[in-house]
Amino acid sequence: MSLELSDIHKHFGRIRANDGVTLRVGAGELHGLLGENGAGKSTLMKVLSGFFEPNSGEMTLDGATLSLRSPRDAIAAGIGMLHQDPLVFLPFSVLDNFLLGSPPIDRTAARTELADLARRFGFSFDPDAPTRTLTVGERQQLEIVRLLWLGAKVLILDEPTTGISASQQALLFDTLRTLAGQGMIVIFVSHKLEEIEALCDRVTVMRRGQTVGEVTLPVPIDRLVEMMFGQAVPVVGRVPGVRGEVALDLEGVSVDDRLTSVVDLTLQVRAGEVIGLAGLEGSGQRTLLRTCAGLLRTSAGSIGVAGSDVTTRGYHERIATGVHYLPAGRLEEGLIRGLSITEHFQLAHGSKGFVVPWADARRDANALISRHSIKGTPDTLAEELSGGNQQRLLLAMVPENVRVLLMEHPTRGLDIASADWVWGQLMHRVERGTSVVFASADLDELLRYSDRIVVFFGGRVLKVLDTSEADTDRLGHLIGGRDVA
Amino acid sequence: MRAAWAKAGSKSIAIVLALLFTALLLLASGASPIESFRLIWQGSVGDGAKLADTLMAWVPLVLAASGLVVTFAAGLWNIGVEGQVVMGAIAAAFVAREFHAAPALIITVALAAGVIGGLLWGLLAGMLRVFGKVNEIFGGLGLDFVATGMVVYLVIGPWKRAGIASTSGTDPFPREAWLPTIGDKLSPIAVILAVLAVVGVYFLMRGTFFGLRLKAVGANAASAHIIGLSTRRYLLTAMAIGGGLAGLGGAVQAIGFQHKLVPAISGGYGFLGILVVLLAGYRAALIAPIAFFFMMISVGSTQLSLRLGLNSSLGGVVQGTLVLLTVLVGGWQAQRARRREPTEVES
Repeated sequence: MSLELSDIHKHFGRIRANDGVTLRVGAGELHGLLGENGAGKSTLMKVLSGFFEPNSGEMTLDGATLSLRSPRDAIAAGIGMLHQDPLVFLPFSVLDNFLLGSPPIDRTAARTELADLARRFGFSFDPDAPTRTLTVGERQQLEIVRLLWLGAKVLILDEPTTGISASQQALLFDTLRTLAGQGMIVIFVSHKLEEIEALCDRVTVMRRGQTVGEVTLPVPIDRLVEMMFGQAVPVVGRVPGVRGEVALDLEGVSVDDRLTSVVDLTLQVRAGEVIGLAGLEGSGQRTLLRTCAGLLRTSAGSIGVAGSDVTTRGYHERIATGVHYLPAGRLEEGLIRGLSITEHFQLAHGSKGFVVPWADARRDANALISRHSIKGTPDTLAEELSGGNQQRLLLAMVPENVRVLLMEHPTRGLDIASADWVWGQLMHRVERGTSVVFASADLDELLRYSDRIVVFFGGRVLKVLDTSEADTDRLGHLIGGRDVA
Repeated sequence: MRAAWAKAGSKSIAIVLALLFTALLLLASGASPIESFRLIWQGSVGDGAKLADTLMAWVPLVLAASGLVVTFAAGLWNIGVEGQVVMGAIAAAFVAREFHAAPALIITVALAAGVIGGLLWGLLAGMLRVFGKVNEIFGGLGLDFVATGMVVYLVIGPWKRAGIASTSGTDPFPREAWLPTIGDKLSPIAVILAVLAVVGVYFLMRGTFFGLRLKAVGANAASAHIIGLSTRRYLLTAMAIGGGLAGLGGAVQAIGFQHKLVPAISGGYGFLGILVVLLAGYRAALIAPIAFFFMMISVGSTQLSLRLGLNSSLGGVVQGTLVLLTVLVGGWQAQRARRREPTEVES
């Protein structure tokens, strides 16, 4: 048995999520698919499991071309996907979930089948328990058993270790090894280096929608880091300048946000200082930014802005103290579809007035558009702008004299010109005393612009280091959870 | 600009399709479509009295629909509008029955009471949504039933006619509480209120910061919050405005048209208002003509039963078909536009 994906392209509007991806997996192989978040792994797997139809490209299983229009087609062809959040129906019982999508069968027979399959892999279910009472790991086990029973020969697992316990992970890995030993194809999607290292025979690495390469394990971890993040180029750090007073003061801050938490973090950010937050996505950077912004409540510790305690103040009150937050989802948590550039400026700048002075508003918008070189007119709608211009608009909406700017992925998805422009704007503000705290997956960006870098791993702060003591290599290892220094 | 043409195009296609469908229906019931359409025209705007009927039915519909433009802008499905009309009517009826003063004063107070009655009912649905996490559709629907139950209770209970409890309604209100009319039925005050409501809502949505912020909250509450808007406040205010205007519609219906409280006091104006707003594409500017067209069909189609022996509910079928087809044609066009998109990017 062999699975081959060649030259897969999948575009969403302007975004090329898969831009010529090739993947080859043979029978009995535990194949890793490694890449940073946003590298296009999930898109590729959704193409393979029939959720998305590719724009172009070919997929073959045992030499036969696959034409998958829906997940139903995929499972009929023997391809089963285990999603990051197991797709179970929580109010249904374990047995009912097991029966979903199956051909008509006697419930008693199904009960026996389920028990047999579970026993084979060392799982234990109560078939009548509501699925809601199962842990994430148990839901995965149920889903695996169900897919096998439906005849899956190719099993795809998308970031399956998120939110499961260590013992469940060990059991999962054993199961996957058993399945591969029986000649199945297992594709294990992850951005975690050690998992791929511990489990897989071969690995395909993806970066920015493309396949970077394919290697047989084991290989030195540096090689994988380099493939994931690109060449380790020496980065010129920022000239250490004189930094001002403490602008943002975290004293022993703890926060819980479902899977991630910040525990007892003390960090002082001075005026004109840039702090980079490194780590794989979902490791806690967003939690910290949202805590500083006042969108999440702290469970302990205190937060000060320019000397005054804002711990109990909400998001809107913190804006008043000069703290602004720009999340990653530009059209989801920043701009508003259907509203024009002029309307965005009027929303952002606020006014106590009743009637919008539209003539003045358009004039102001024109001025801001040229000052921030946004490609658009006052009437251009937010969704009509390119990613780079959306980011320019968002920055233009933040007042000039902002004290602390919290940003997620300031340049994600932007071309180099836009990215440079964004940092030019940010540095301009930094020189005038704004503190910037930003999360990024781009190591070069982190090293180039930060004074200090906070590295997150597994939902915790792993290390706070000066940029002078870091390079791409060390940072890459830290992000993967290994401190080699 | 192209989008505007596409919209106008889809509306025309829908109207032609709805007319064709209605014609077929009429043919199937053995009536001449041309004759039927002529009767509807005659029966709604054929003479002064008919026009007055149509206009007086138009007023509460426009008031309810204007309010719905505001709630739709905030992204709320204010299904509770029917109950808000009823509560406005109840509040106005209370004033008309219980207070005795100069006509101008009673009328003013009764109309204001109508606004407040509808406003509070709307706010209640809004608070259930904002603080109780009850979807406004279900909250509103529940409150509709409560309001309808309340009006029936009042009509056959505490406010029943002397001696008889009948669902045909309460005693007529004292004359001084009636809206003054030109001729038999037409109340200029009612028409002016409706016009003011449409113009006011149009201006509110197009010209004010409130309207802009409301649109922002309705289009994307998460972004609006990040930008710094209090989404709760805007949702509640929208429900208050929507409820207040619906309540005013109920009040006009009570003291301007029925002159008493009847169980079917709202006459379905709330729900019909939702159809009008859907057909108007959520824009205030189109509400007045579309509501008039709807009422022409409603009022005119009573002639069909008188003259041709057809069931007068045919009017409702036409209105419903029209909205369904508009939504369908619009959805179909949007889908086609989406399909075209990927090729544009690639080329």
